[in-house]
Parts: sequence; C-alpha cells; structure tokens
Amino acid sequence: MLFLCLVFALLGLLLGFAHKKLKIKNDPLVEQINNLLPQTQCGQCNYIGCRPYAEAIAKNEADINQCPPNGEAGIIALANLLGKEAKPLNPEFGEQKAPAVAFIIEQDCIGCVKCIPPCPVDAILGAAKQMHTVIASECTGCELCISPCPVDCIIMRPIEKTANHWQWTQDV
Amino acid sequence: MFNFFWRKKKSTFTGGIILDGHKQVTKINTPQLPKELIYPLFLTSDRYTKACVKVGDYVKKGQVIAIADSLLSTPIHAASSGIISSIEKRLIAHPSGLADDCIILQTDGLDSALEAEPCLDYRQQSRDFLRKKIHQAGIVGLGGAAFPTAKKLSGSPAIHTLIINAAECEPYISCDESLAIASAKEIIQGSLIIQHILQASLCIIAIEDSKPDAYLALLFAAKETDIKIQKVPSIYPTGGEKQLIQVLSGEQIPPQKLVFEYGYICQNIATSFAVYQAVLLGIPLTERVITVTGAGIKQAQNIQAKIGTPIKDLVQFCQGYTEHAQQLIMGGPMMGIALASDEIAVIKASNCLLIEPIKASAIQPCIRCGDCAKVCPSELLPQQLYWYSRSQQWDNCTDYNLADCIECGCCDVVCPSKIPLVQSFRIAKSEISQQQKQAEQAALAKKRFENQQQRKLRIEQEKAVLLEKRKATIEKMKAAAAQRKLN
Ligand code: SF4
Ligand code: SF4
Ligand code: SF4
Ligand code: SF4
Ligand code: SF4
Repeated sequence: MLFLCLVFALLGLLLGFAHKKLKIKNDPLVEQINNLLPQTQCGQCNYIGCRPYAEAIAKNEADINQCPPNGEAGIIALANLLGKEAKPLNPEFGEQKAPAVAFIIEQDCIGCVKCIPPCPVDAILGAAKQMHTVIASECTGCELCISPCPVDCIIMRPIEKTANHWQWTQDV
Repeated sequence: MFNFFWRKKKSTFTGGIILDGHKQVTKINTPQLPKELIYPLFLTSDRYTKACVKVGDYVKKGQVIAIADSLLSTPIHAASSGIISSIEKRLIAHPSGLADDCIILQTDGLDSALEAEPCLDYRQQSRDFLRKKIHQAGIVGLGGAAFPTAKKLSGSPAIHTLIINAAECEPYISCDESLAIASAKEIIQGSLIIQHILQASLCIIAIEDSKPDAYLALLFAAKETDIKIQKVPSIYPTGGEKQLIQVLSGEQIPPQKLVFEYGYICQNIATSFAVYQAVLLGIPLTERVITVTGAGIKQAQNIQAKIGTPIKDLVQFCQGYTEHAQQLIMGGPMMGIALASDEIAVIKASNCLLIEPIKASAIQPCIRCGDCAKVCPSELLPQQLYWYSRSQQWDNCTDYNLADCIECGCCDVVCPSKIPLVQSFRIAKSEISQQQKQAEQAALAKKRFENQQQRKLRIEQEKAVLLEKRKATIEKMKAAAAQRKLN
C-alpha cells in the first residue's frame, strides 16, 4: 500500500513537472493554430505575423476569420480545431487574392535598400546602390515590400499556370 | 540460396483482368526525317532541363541541347543535325494540354552525328563511371514513367534481384515485343551492364506467355549468360512493379513501401537496350520504338521514331487517319493520357499512340457490387476511395492507401455503372500532392519568419546591452569628473 502511494506520488510529481516544462516551451495550442495559418506573414490580420495572430486567437482576443490568405478552407480548419462555428472571412481585413509573387523591375531599381527590412521572410536580395532581386521560391506574396519602394519598381506577378502547377480536375 | 527462392510456389497477384490483346507485332519501320524536331524543357513534375543552345546554333545528332538541372532530371540530345530555329512555347505531351518552353530544331537532312565514344569493356570501368555515362546519355525509364535510370541505379540499399520488364501488359502496345525480337542480343548486353552496376546476384527478364517469338529470341540470346527468361501469365496488369515481383518471387511488397527497399529493381526492356547503346556504343538516347495503333489509324505499326518528332508526321507515315479517329491517346488504352493535338511531339516516355473513336457512356450510381475491389491488383477498395475523393476527405484517401493505386484502370473497366473511378483518384492524388507542396512552402516561410524575428530580437538586445554599457561609461566619467572637481 505504502509502495503504491509512493508510486502515485512520484507519478503526480512527474506529471506536474512535465506540465510545467511544456508550459515554458511553446504553447501547443498556439502551435496548432499557427500550423493552420498560411504563413504569408502579410499582417492583414492586424498582427505582425501569423504567429502573433495565432497567439491572439488562442487567448480569444481575435476571431478566426481575420486572415484573408487562409481562405474558406482555412477558416473551417480553424473552426474544427477550436470547436467553433465556421464563418465567412471578415471583409474588413481584405479579401483572398490569387497567389502571386513579387518581382523587381531591375532596370528601374535604384538600390535604396528600402524594400529589404519590410520583407518578413528575407526573400529580397541586394545591397546598397545595387540592383535588387526577389527570390521567387521564398516570396510569400505578402506585398509588404510594394509601398516602401520610392520608384514603384516592385510589382506582383500572378503565379503562372504551367504544366508543372497544373492539377487534375473534374472536367478534364 | 536462390534455388530456394525459386522453389517457392510462384503465385500470382490478386485481382487483375484478362484483356483482349489487339496486338500487331510488326517489324520496326523507320520513317523519313522530320523537318522539325520539338523538345520540351519540362520533363515531369518539378523536373526541368535548361537549354544550352541559342537560336541560330548549328547542332549535330547526339549533341546535348539541354542540360539537367539536378540528378532527378536528364539532359536532352538532338536527334538529328540542323539549326536551332527558336525556343518558344508549344503544346507539350502532358495531360494539362498546356504549352511550355520547347527547343525547336530545324533539321538539315544530313543527319550528321557527333563522333561516338564507345566503351569496349564496361567491366573495366567503375560503376560510378557507368552510372554517369547513363545519366549523360539522357536515359530514363522507357516503359512510360520516365524516371531517370542513373538515379534508379544508385545502388543503395543493396539490390539482390534485377527484373527486366517485358510484360507489356496493356492491350495494343507491342513496341517492346518488336524490340525484343529485333534486338534480343543488345537487350541481354544492356541487362548485364545494369546487373553489373547494381551487383545484383540475379537478373530475370519477365515476358508474357502470349509472346512466344520474343521469348524464344531472348532465350536464345541469353544462352551463355546467367540471365533467366521467365514467362509470366498474361493478366493485366502483370507489368506493374509490385505485381510482377509477386508473380516472380511470391513476395508481396506491402502498401506504402517501395520495391527497392526490398532489394528489387525493375527496368523496362527498352531501357536495357538504351543502356547498351549508351555504354557500349556511346550513343545517347535520341530514338525509341513506339507503337502507333487503334481504329483511327490506317496502317498500325511499330516505328523507330526520333524523340521530338511531331505526332502528325508519324500519323502521315501510317497513311493518315481513318474516319474513326476521334481522340489521340499517348500510352495505352488503360493508362494513357489524352492529347489535345497532333502537333505535339514524341517524348522519351511515349511508348504508344492510340487513335480511337470516343466511347461515351452514361454514368450510373454505384450499386455496391464490389467488382472494382475484386479486380484491384493493389487490393484497394475503389468504391470507398471514390466516395472519399469525391467528398474531398483527403485524410481518409491517404489512410485507405490511395497512394498505392497504380492507376491501372481495372476498376473502371469492370464497373457496371461506368463510374470514372481512376479520374477521381488522379484528382485526389494531385490535390493531396498540391497540399503537401503548400505545406512545405508554408513551413519554409514560417521558419524564415521566425529566424528573422529572432535576429531582430538579438539585435535589439545587443543594442540595449550597448546602451547600458555606454550609460555606465558615461556614469563613470561623470563620477570621475565629480571626483576631480572635489579634489
Ligand atoms: S493575415 Fe497574413 S499575417 Fe495574418 S495570419 Fe494571415 S497570412 Fe499570417
Ligand atoms: S518579397 Fe515582398 S511580397 Fe515577397 S515576401 Fe518579401 S515583402 Fe512579401
Ligand atoms: S525599394 Fe525599390 S528601388 Fe529601393 S532597392 Fe528595393 S526595389 Fe530597388
Ligand atoms: S486504378 Fe487503382 S484502384 Fe483501380 S484497380 Fe487499378 S490500382 Fe486499383
Ligand atoms: S464496380 Fe462500380 S458499381 Fe460496383 S462497387 Fe465498384 S464503383 Fe460501385
């Protein structure tokens, strides 16, 4: 009996300890929510990135329909995770757009480096007084680099429909 | 040890169907040189080549015109001599029906070739050298999947059995059979080279029992080697990798596992021939045998076609279309894809062109007869998978081993309600792979964003520390000054 009590006490301690440890590390709920967000890092949700928005959702400070790039399917996934009712995207935060990547018209670029700090994923390459380029495979299409450019040489290009991106659909 | 292996009861796989062959084995005919050869830079999903010639360049037969940008892609060689007339978008042999960048070669009619570099004794060469040679010759699996052969032969984990697949099980297709009859010796040589590269102890050539001429030709050519020529029953789809292994060895490779993990590699017989040409003769892959057939063509036959030849040239060589020509399919009737136009060029993966009337039939609701499950060689539940893919339950699709569907089309053929099962599986598969790609992209963006956040935080902290230090120094100096004043 005593032995059993001891074992249980130990187990209890262990559990408490584990709980504490996990709490200090990442909050799993925030992590789960964050994994359902598109990671565009565009800030349209009014938070500076997807993770901060995920934290706000977890604390019930923000609603689940504030992320335009996430689309309808994304909101449904969030609703399922949190056991909430799915709802349409709140248009105050913008609307879902076709996927696109930023492109710098290189002959117009004056190398002012103003586009580099806003980019949340460091997808722009360049140094002072040199032509800048966007690494298309890393660009999330967040558009944050567009307005800082003094000569308006950054444009958004829709992702081209190529055989490589093509998908089988019902009507083929 | 392998005796035991062979004494095992040779079973067959579950499911499958017996199909009407429709095969016409002809000798392989060579058409006139096409005026224009078309080479798409896009190979298959995510695999591209990069053009290494400019418009106006003169190239010879066998010259590299596009280089591989990774080990998963393969270089393209000119199939004849001439001028590169443009690099532009053309329709390509892909189910999307989209156009993509192509190198256009205007042939000059001379067909002059680069000097080949033969290699007389491949056993003297390192296996790496041979693999490199195969890669440089642009060889891919010629059975239809077009996976780079050098990559497949990378040899890890260890392979015990090499299977050369001549079980050309789809109806209509007979290019491999014709090739086996015409070039059995070369195929045996090529198979020996592949076996040497893999250091596999066993090499089996599997051929369907409905092809006695090809069987005898191979048997005769393999007389002085250890290669076994093995007849397999003509049940569709015996040519599938897992099905073939089960027929030959009795071993069943579980779902979601790859056959090489179990020590097997399957290569198509035409690939063996290409390996022979590349290694012993030093000739890159620029031609292949292709079956042009169906009710829509006047003279069905097997053709030695230059890769890049527009399909319309081959049709012309076959005396043109009949009144039944309503659709153009690349590949066989079971697994082929419909092409939008005959301006499209033959690619390395094209083993067959089928020109057929369209058979339209009304789709009826599923009557739960279970026939589709009975014939499925991968032991899947097609009607269940159909339901999951139509209702977009992708997780359920994955759990029910959709990835193991080889798109053989058996379920479509037997379904009394004519439900387009395979079509829905293709949609589901492409949706799932698209979602995976997006998830990878998102994970990358997340990581880069977090790295940047951490970097910013670190810079802030460093700034704060610096500020503290400066403050402290100022304090010190002030204190020192005050001290001096006091003194
Ligand atoms: S709105 Fe932009 S930053 Fe906010 S969660 Fe969506 S993608 Fe991330
Ligand atoms: S390059 Fe521009 S659009 Fe692309 S991720 Fe960076 S800031 Fe956003
Ligand atoms: S902000 Fe515009 S001009 Fe300045 S470096 Fe970026 S792209 Fe060039
Ligand atoms: S197409 Fe797929 S599901 Fe249908 S029988 Fe073949 S392997 Fe089975
Ligand atoms: S064969 Fe067709 S009708 Fe029969 S169970 Fe399968 S899907 Fe349904």
